[in-house]
Amino acid sequence: MLRTVKIVKHQGRQYIKDLQKATLPLLHNGLPEISSKLCPDTCTSCVEICPAEAISKNPLTVNLGQCVFCGECGRCTEGIIRFTNNFRVATNDSSYLAVSFETDHIIFDPESVRKEIRMVFGRSLKLRLVSDGSCNGCELELNATDNVNFDMSRYGIEFVASPRHADGIVVTGPLVENSAKALELTWAAIPDPKLLIAVGACAISGGVFKNSKALNRSFFEKNKPDLYIPGCPPHPLTIIDGLLKLTGRIKPI
Amino acid sequence: MNIMSFIEIKNNEAIPMQQIPVLDYALFYDEVTHMLHNEQCHCVNYYAVQEPQGLRLICCIADDQTHSLHVASGIVSQQKNSVLKAITPLCSGMHIFEREIHEQYGVDFEGHPWLKPVRFPFDRDDTASQMADYPFYGITSHELHEVGVGPIHAGIIEPGHFRFICNGEKVLHLEIHLGYQHRGVEQLMIANENFLSASVLAESIAGDTVVGHNTAFSHAVESLSGIPLSQNVHLARTIASELERIAMHTADLSALCTDVAYQLGSAVLQGLRTIIINTFMAWCGNRFARKLIRVGYEPYPLNSDTVNIIIRNLDNYEKRYCEMADKMFDMPSVLARFDQTGIVSEEQNRLIGSVGMAARTAGINRDIRLSHPYSFYKNLDHEPVVLHSGDVKARAKIRDLEIRQSLKYIRKMLPQYVFGECDNPGSGYKLQPDSFVISLTEGWRGEICHCVLTDNTGKIKHYKIKDPSLHNWMALALAVRNNDISDFPVCNKSFNLSYCGYDL
Repeated sequence: MLRTVKIVKHQGRQYIKDLQKATLPLLHNGLPEISSKLCPDTCTSCVEICPAEAISKNPLTVNLGQCVFCGECGRCTEGIIRFTNNFRVATNDSSYLAVSFETDHIIFDPESVRKEIRMVFGRSLKLRLVSDGSCNGCELELNATDNVNFDMSRYGIEFVASPRHADGIVVTGPLVENSAKALELTWAAIPDPKLLIAVGACAISGGVFKNSKALNRSFFEKNKPDLYIPGCPPHPLTIIDGLLKLTGRIKPI
Repeated sequence: MNIMSFIEIKNNEAIPMQQIPVLDYALFYDEVTHMLHNEQCHCVNYYAVQEPQGLRLICCIADDQTHSLHVASGIVSQQKNSVLKAITPLCSGMHIFEREIHEQYGVDFEGHPWLKPVRFPFDRDDTASQMADYPFYGITSHELHEVGVGPIHAGIIEPGHFRFICNGEKVLHLEIHLGYQHRGVEQLMIANENFLSASVLAESIAGDTVVGHNTAFSHAVESLSGIPLSQNVHLARTIASELERIAMHTADLSALCTDVAYQLGSAVLQGLRTIIINTFMAWCGNRFARKLIRVGYEPYPLNSDTVNIIIRNLDNYEKRYCEMADKMFDMPSVLARFDQTGIVSEEQNRLIGSVGMAARTAGINRDIRLSHPYSFYKNLDHEPVVLHSGDVKARAKIRDLEIRQSLKYIRKMLPQYVFGECDNPGSGYKLQPDSFVISLTEGWRGEICHCVLTDNTGKIKHYKIKDPSLHNWMALALAVRNNDISDFPVCNKSFNLSYCGYDL
């Protein structure tokens, strides 16, 4: 017993008291900042090197729905793209994920969130995870959202074991043919009103797997996500920030 | 041993393809079965490549005593519906490889007792075969019942289907049907000339073994293009590999505590894992060591600040970890659930060709860090932890002992890193044409094997990935036999195998 008490004492305070004030190290690749300086006309090195085909030119745009945050474009000698440690990159409309020189934060538009989401899920949200071709990276971070450090259940947001108990699903992975049916069945098993959340570059766009013939992304053609959480994998703070904005617990900037 | 039948190479030694002997199948069969009868040898990869003259079977056998790899190939001229004598009845560890070849190319292996689909890849031979029609082993008895679990599980975990045949609470048989995570990674690696993109893909083969798979990929490509690496690069990769081991072992111990309702262990170990993955964050900006390893250089060279953070975090971790682990392995309520649960014997492990922790907890000293060392392991005098009871307790204990060992290794390696000496990223790497390389690493789960073949222009022609889970899922299926079905979660967690690493 004494040993147990000692162990507890030696852990100190583990939880992050105020997640709103939390910051990440500068090395963390969060929201990219694109300088208004023009690239040399003929240079397409960042477009070519990008492993996720996330960059387009004229104007230079980084699509965070595809970006795996490897940071290689930030090594450009012109210094046009620079990654900041701003982890608040979740949004409810994928068009806001296109980052250009005009972007200083990712817009989250509370007006376009369906009314029932805030009315019904504002204080309690139970989610079910469907891993659909994911590499387990997003799963590790989703698990971490409820560990002793991030403690997401303090907001009444939790992952549950059955779709029948869930208010929505979180999808990770690029959506593969072999799981297409399981995903449809899980979605159908959740009672209305329900919400759909895409976590990670793979789920949002197919990520680095988007050219694979093993994918079947028809589910996202039929159902539009209510929340997009970019990253590879997204940091737990990004995930929690997105969920709190969606449920109206915090006000978007 | 017939020298003409195999070519002997080392881990990460690129050779011209033409040096691999080509045998007719009858001779190939004899030579492979003969070599696998030697206990110090096991097959690290066996697969097929489509060539103009037919199907080329490539078998890579590792000799753990002599530290060498033996490669032979067989040629099958008419592949469609051809029938070959299966190697599995004599060497059962080959079962999974023959199943893969059967599924991919439609080769029939005569005498194979379990020639079932592996993962339903999109480019399979029989596209009419469907996931829903998987031929489960069935029962007709009225006294037994079946329990189906999955594909989507009750938690934050990847999908897979488990079919139990039970006698009351006792599990008689478990069949594991995977493939739900198949993304076609191997195909995406082919002809991928953008090493960055291939490296990012390698990181996503199994997102919990980023260092293990990305190191295997990088070494393969570096060997094929003859890129020299500095000692610093090797040190950094080895340190990262041991950090990854500590992080995942800690997470697994936490999960094991969760499954036996030991709340303190579960919560404390979760928090301790955070320290280790945040060490990666401080080093390279990603908690899973993504972007830390790139072909030919170190994108995030260590400096004295980073090293101080690593040492401080390890000190903080170690003190709290040891206290927690000592307590956990003293708890009668924890041990009662671990001890003698989910036993896989040495004989069973040898038969199915287990690797990594599964093998090492059953008395088999199988560890690539010792037998086919790479990176800085060559200088580390690694002594694998080997336990004998083959149960959940051993698989928990090995994690504890390996964590302590890894801490020691990292502390030993850090002072040898020379600050400021870093290679610049090269460009225009060219892979040797018509060449072959085997790249083995020991991830935290076990042996990872990447085999790469290039075409006559130096592009990747064939990429074969083997995650340790390919062998070890069968160990889980054997572990639960004659155990209560309620012990399945703790057995499963004690292996913590990869779904996506298996499904590719």
